[in-house]
Amino acid sequence: MTGVLIFIVLALVAAAAAVAVTRTRVTLGLVASAPLAAMAIWTAFAAESDVLEGTPLTGSIGWLPTLGVSFDIHVDALSLVFLGLISTIGAAIAVYSAVYLTDLAKARRFLALLALFAAAMTGLVAVDNIYGLFVFWELTTITSYLLIGFEDRKGSARAAALQAVLTTGIGGLALLGGLVLLSQETATTSISQLVANPPTGTVGTVAIALILIGAFTKSAQVPFHSWLPGAMSAPTPASAYLHSATMVKAGIFLLFRLSPGFSTDPIWTPVVVTVGLITMVIGAWRALRQTDLKLLLAYSTVSQLGFITALTGTGSPAMLHAGLAVLVAHALFKSALFLTTGSIDAIAGTRDIRVLSGLGRRRPTLAAVGVLAAASMAGVPPLLGFVTKEAAFSALIDTGQWAALAVVAIASVATVAYSLRYLWGAFATKPPSPEADPKGFDAPVAPMGLVLPPLVLGVAGAVTGLFPGLVNRFVSAFQPGKLPLIPGWKPALAVSAVVVAAGVLVHWHRDRVGRTQDRVGSLTRRLPSGDRAYRGAVALLNRVADRTTGLVQSGSLPVYLSTILVATVSVPAVAWFSSGSSVDLHPLSVSVGEIALAALVITAAVAVTRAPSRMVAVLLLGAVGYAIAGIFVIYAAPDLALTLLLVETITVAIFAFVLTKVPRRFEQERSRFFGRFRAVLALGVGGFVTAASIIASRQRSGPSDSEIYAELAPTAGGSNVVNVILTDFRALDTLGEITVLAVAAIGITVLVRGLRSEPGEGT
Amino acid sequence: MKVRPSLLVETGARTMVPTLLVVSAFLLVVGHDSPGGGFVGGLLAGGALLVVFLSGGRAAVTSMLPVPAGAILGAGIMTAVATAIGGLVFGRALLDAGKLEIDAGWFGSWSVGSALLFDVGVFLVVVGLVSTVLLQLGDPEEREE
Repeated sequence: MTGVLIFIVLALVAAAAAVAVTRTRVTLGLVASAPLAAMAIWTAFAAESDVLEGTPLTGSIGWLPTLGVSFDIHVDALSLVFLGLISTIGAAIAVYSAVYLTDLAKARRFLALLALFAAAMTGLVAVDNIYGLFVFWELTTITSYLLIGFEDRKGSARAAALQAVLTTGIGGLALLGGLVLLSQETATTSISQLVANPPTGTVGTVAIALILIGAFTKSAQVPFHSWLPGAMSAPTPASAYLHSATMVKAGIFLLFRLSPGFSTDPIWTPVVVTVGLITMVIGAWRALRQTDLKLLLAYSTVSQLGFITALTGTGSPAMLHAGLAVLVAHALFKSALFLTTGSIDAIAGTRDIRVLSGLGRRRPTLAAVGVLAAASMAGVPPLLGFVTKEAAFSALIDTGQWAALAVVAIASVATVAYSLRYLWGAFATKPPSPEADPKGFDAPVAPMGLVLPPLVLGVAGAVTGLFPGLVNRFVSAFQPGKLPLIPGWKPALAVSAVVVAAGVLVHWHRDRVGRTQDRVGSLTRRLPSGDRAYRGAVALLNRVADRTTGLVQSGSLPVYLSTILVATVSVPAVAWFSSGSSVDLHPLSVSVGEIALAALVITAAVAVTRAPSRMVAVLLLGAVGYAIAGIFVIYAAPDLALTLLLVETITVAIFAFVLTKVPRRFEQERSRFFGRFRAVLALGVGGFVTAASIIASRQRSGPSDSEIYAELAPTAGGSNVVNVILTDFRALDTLGEITVLAVAAIGITVLVRGLRSEPGEGT
Repeated sequence: MKVRPSLLVETGARTMVPTLLVVSAFLLVVGHDSPGGGFVGGLLAGGALLVVFLSGGRAAVTSMLPVPAGAILGAGIMTAVATAIGGLVFGRALLDAGKLEIDAGWFGSWSVGSALLFDVGVFLVVVGLVSTVLLQLGDPEEREE
């Protein structure tokens, strides 16, 4: 079963590559959505197994088994809920995007990124190893970065992408720190075991604080929330998928995952509940002021994420149950709303509330989708948004969290109001406002692909609202709880009724509310905000980096080399003398050939220092290299000798090219002191390296690595030890080295190009 | 200013370059069991490119490379990474080497290891690096820009 899931993830990666060669929109949509559809079917099958009875599907792929790192797969009810959302919403959005992005080249790039993101997100919710979790977590950050900056020629999009990646990246590092602390403390890297045996004490609390920072940055909680509205510069389908339905819920996924075990920690409940509620209120307040439909939805997402976060705070089963149900409802209605907004943008050419007018009459189907989804967001029966919000109210009432209930209710009033504002702004016929620049809707009838996906998602919210058992089957398997359509005459229903009525009232008096908001806004403008903190931190970092660079990087090659070489000699020398150990040298046996070659090396090296021109010096250095290659031959190391000969040859040739650009002769030494210093330093380094090699090669207690390698080489299928080391024993090192080579090649290209475009300004 | 290379270099290159390339391919293939391998093979092929450069300049190198130098680099990295991940796909560890035995009857039996594929990646990266350096740094007078 888990093998199939791995296959689907690989299929997503393959789809990301395959979309590059698609020629039509139809195949593009099919290729990108097929693996996601397969995953949806997989989820349905998995639900028929024992997962919902509490037996997780498990599996494991070795990754770095020698380091104890592996991809342990652990699919339980919580994972299934997320997999269901990733696959169904993902498939709908893949189809939508293939129509929405009219430029085929852009659509290909977009869907490739979307497929990669889906693969990373699937891994994130299915993996049971902290390192695996971190890797997938960061992969979602990277794909999110690329999607926010999708319009890479726009400076604002790049800035928003940078803010998102820096904020969530710092959170990711905090998360890694927290996870490593936990695994050190509890001696396990398995998340399920961490939850079963939660850590206690100060280390546990510090680790939890770090993990919470990671979760809060990812899920856009105050004060880290300001990257999410910026992320709206991504194409709308990406906002719908990543920045509303799935990725921003990764942090919340982690809270759900850990809350059952970790909520006993003293800081968990107060911090999570407080941050969640503050975020919910601030998001809702901001959403009420927006004139851009997409930004309205973005702040609404911030608010709803805060709501769900708060519900994970106490760790009580009823709250967690309600929280997960709200999460499902939110994913459905918010993705439908985002896609509707995208369609409005495509049809009318604007998302501005002040400009849009009369769209509802002209596009009744789209308006119906919008109403369905916004009503679910507002919590109107019989939609899933209502059912799940009722569950949340009931959970708050039953556990007596009156203060939290009051805050949630007030924010929910704002939710109703901004849901109405969305519908009114998008579809109502309004008198043209002074700022308005009305546009005619002469666009052709919206293609099916722009209406059908949001319609499906909106209808899904209605069907699951009428039959909440469909959702509760999964959610109650995570934490027991009921999700009735008709809650009965309970206080929670009264709360809902009051909230909706108050919300309608707030929308009715929207002008007065708007004026109040402006007044409050002008008062709070001077208060510190997350956005300002981000800008300040980036500016400070740049200043410190500038200063440090100016201080450390003098730009003089002799200074750099002297620093490196002095450190090379002095650090080991100090260690050596302070350790006070003595050397017991075995006698050296040296052949005549070696002595001859060594003499050649020394002669050539001395001659380099006396060389009149650079070219002569380079040739003499080549001679040093050739002589050393000769020593390798004497020691019967043909691989090394051959490699060194070729390296020396090519290096000398490259030097010859470069030397045409610098003065032919060496500059005259300006100070006698520096010349002496260099001579002393050179002799010191040479003497030190010689002594160190002799001592190291003569001081052998056990069998040498080379003997062990020679013995092991046949088991790796080769008899050339050097090559087996490169391609097998130390293959990871080789992989790193060739990456360095590639980076060096890119560096050379960039440097030369830079020199060419700015003559005389080479820095 | 364009200097014609000496007749010696030009004639020598004609025989040297194919020979060098064949030997470099040989070194790459036998590397796992005899002296050779991706690094050495790649460097020798780079040496061949150097000879081409000395005899015919940048244009000769560009026309000899089937794809841009950057693409060779990229292909090399991709090959090596794909081989590394191959170990995972076949249910073993990252970078774990696999082997395929081919019995070619009269031609003898070969065993093609994933190590060779990995080495091909190394080979391509080295060739890509040398050609990048040659094309970027070599012979500024001849540059059109």
